[in-house]
Amino acid sequence: MHINDLLIPQTYDLPDSRGRFGDYGGIYVAETLMAALDELRREYEQACQDPAFMAEYQYELKHYVGRPSPIYHAKRWSEQLGGAQIYLKREDLNHTGAHKINNTIGQALLARRMGKKRVIAETGAGQHGVASATVAARYGMECVVYMGAEDIQRQSANVYRMKLLGATVVPVTSGSRTLKDALNEAMRDWVTNVDNTFYILGTAAGPHPYPMLVRDFQAVIGEESKVQMQEMAGRQPDVVVACVGGGSNAIGMFYPYIQVPGVRMVGVEAGGDGVETGRHAAPLTAGTPGVLHGNRTYLMQDEHGQIIETHSVSAGLDYPGVGPEHSYLKDIGRVEYTAANDDESLAAFHELCRTEGIIPALESSHALAYAKRLAPTLAKDKIILVNLSGRGDKDIPTVARLAGLEL
Amino acid sequence: MSRIQTTFARLQTNKKQALIPFITAGDPHPAATVGLMHALVSGGADVLELGVPFSDPMADGPIIQKASERALAHGTSLLDVLGMVRDFRRKDADTPVVLMGYANPIEAMGYQLFAQKAIEAGVDGVLTVDLPPEEAGPLAEILKSQGLDAIFLLAPTTPDWRVAEVAKHASGYVYYVSLKGVTGAANLDMESVAAKLGSLREMLSLPIGVGFGIRDAATAQAVAKVADAVIIGSRLVQEVEEHGADAAPRLMAFMREVRSAMDSAR
Repeated sequence: MHINDLLIPQTYDLPDSRGRFGDYGGIYVAETLMAALDELRREYEQACQDPAFMAEYQYELKHYVGRPSPIYHAKRWSEQLGGAQIYLKREDLNHTGAHKINNTIGQALLARRMGKKRVIAETGAGQHGVASATVAARYGMECVVYMGAEDIQRQSANVYRMKLLGATVVPVTSGSRTLKDALNEAMRDWVTNVDNTFYILGTAAGPHPYPMLVRDFQAVIGEESKVQMQEMAGRQPDVVVACVGGGSNAIGMFYPYIQVPGVRMVGVEAGGDGVETGRHAAPLTAGTPGVLHGNRTYLMQDEHGQIIETHSVSAGLDYPGVGPEHSYLKDIGRVEYTAANDDESLAAFHELCRTEGIIPALESSHALAYAKRLAPTLAKDKIILVNLSGRGDKDIPTVARLAGLEL
Repeated sequence: MSRIQTTFARLQTNKKQALIPFITAGDPHPAATVGLMHALVSGGADVLELGVPFSDPMADGPIIQKASERALAHGTSLLDVLGMVRDFRRKDADTPVVLMGYANPIEAMGYQLFAQKAIEAGVDGVLTVDLPPEEAGPLAEILKSQGLDAIFLLAPTTPDWRVAEVAKHASGYVYYVSLKGVTGAANLDMESVAAKLGSLREMLSLPIGVGFGIRDAATAQAVAKVADAVIIGSRLVQEVEEHGADAAPRLMAFMREVRSAMDSAR
């Protein structure tokens, strides 16, 4: 028996009816939203029992998103690193270029089922905003995307993509002008327009039922991986690695593996300038539990409970909280959480470009950075599966700027 | 009897409604807050709501968000806010003070320690915006054990079964959010407020205050005809934003205007 197998829970049926993953999760919102969250939870439970809903979701994943996404054996990179074999789950090949669309399709179908004609979303790197704008166009809904003014600067291509798709992008200038403030603003919109508006939340955080339904819609990543690894390698990976910002790609990959013996799981947070500098976005690695954005979870906060500013080269990981299920999986020890800093993530970004001809998202590059660190320490017959959650086209201006080029 | 109960009982005897102003503690500067609190009382406040600044005030509109940011720029912590209440109590032993804010600063201090320090400072009630009854149980119990009132929000979207849940935990008064929206919005619909309050009164014995969207004497007067308390926040915070530490006379004048409109309501 593998040592990690001792940490596998005997049963795993979370969240409970109050939206709890152990001490984490819950519904920490103002009264005005409680009825809407209750309605969403009931609607989702019904949809899960409705074969027509599930069939349509599956159809859309196959024909619109292009699923299943392949798994690719990165042989040259593995060879170069001189240790374990690295496999990549290619979420970057999905329509719109990231895993985000798995969730936005699910939520847009729920919105349509609930008769909501207007959808809103928050976005950091812009991937979730693009995925939301895409499905809104696809289903004929009005779409408003809240995005931090700072992020609009660093992700201008995605801002234009959203506009091309017919969405309205609203710059958020409050607070730190990044993802957390965009989320605050989306919540404010929802509270005001709750009758006709569906909030497509992009990550596996927020008030119950969002962490659950985002996880369920993203779990296709891990479900497919289990089948594909068996086909390709004749077995499951030894280590599964994913980057963690809010944590939707990671929970989608991890959730189906929670009760699979012999599979070690590692979530990689944004180490920014280095966790020791305090300039990072790694609440699981260096934060403490608290309440933000509707759920109890690990947070980046000061001693007075104020949320502190985060730092990461990757806009999509630049978030002071994390999905509550990750907090729980950390505490029970089933998933290990660590951080990769900006420099090593950029190095991994460049290596993947040069050795495999794949330009990864800066977010995913954090998972790659950890794989790069881990692979040489393992034997050549070991397998590391990395969730390549998105493609890096959106990051090209950022990477160029860091190299001293203005495109 | 708690200070809040005494206040509402006195008002009821005099057939008056409570006027409850809100300002953010530490805005524009921590040193200004106690003076502004006294000014509000001079202007006719029956209960004071003091906002505890938070970095991510999800339920607030731009006016109170900015007030929070100004207060945080001066490092105003929950501990500092409790200190302001203690200072206020040196000159005012009667006016109830309710802290209004978000869960995380209280989480960071710890429920027990917070409740102890709050009662010592002279706080009377606590309204935690993001703790609905489903999550508020543990804090509400500790508050009550220290003799503090747990104030809860009710909304136009609150179904009857949830009103019963709120009634289980609430004491002092309940705060009815007059509209779907954030603080400072301006689309108050008096007819629906009156209708909802009628049905709430059948399920609740506590006094009901109405807030969000009350910006002038006329609206306050209309609300006073159906509610037990009129709560005004963003409009006052705006005065503080425009006039800084010199806002005291303006707050007082505005409060007096509202007070006299309310008192001539019936």
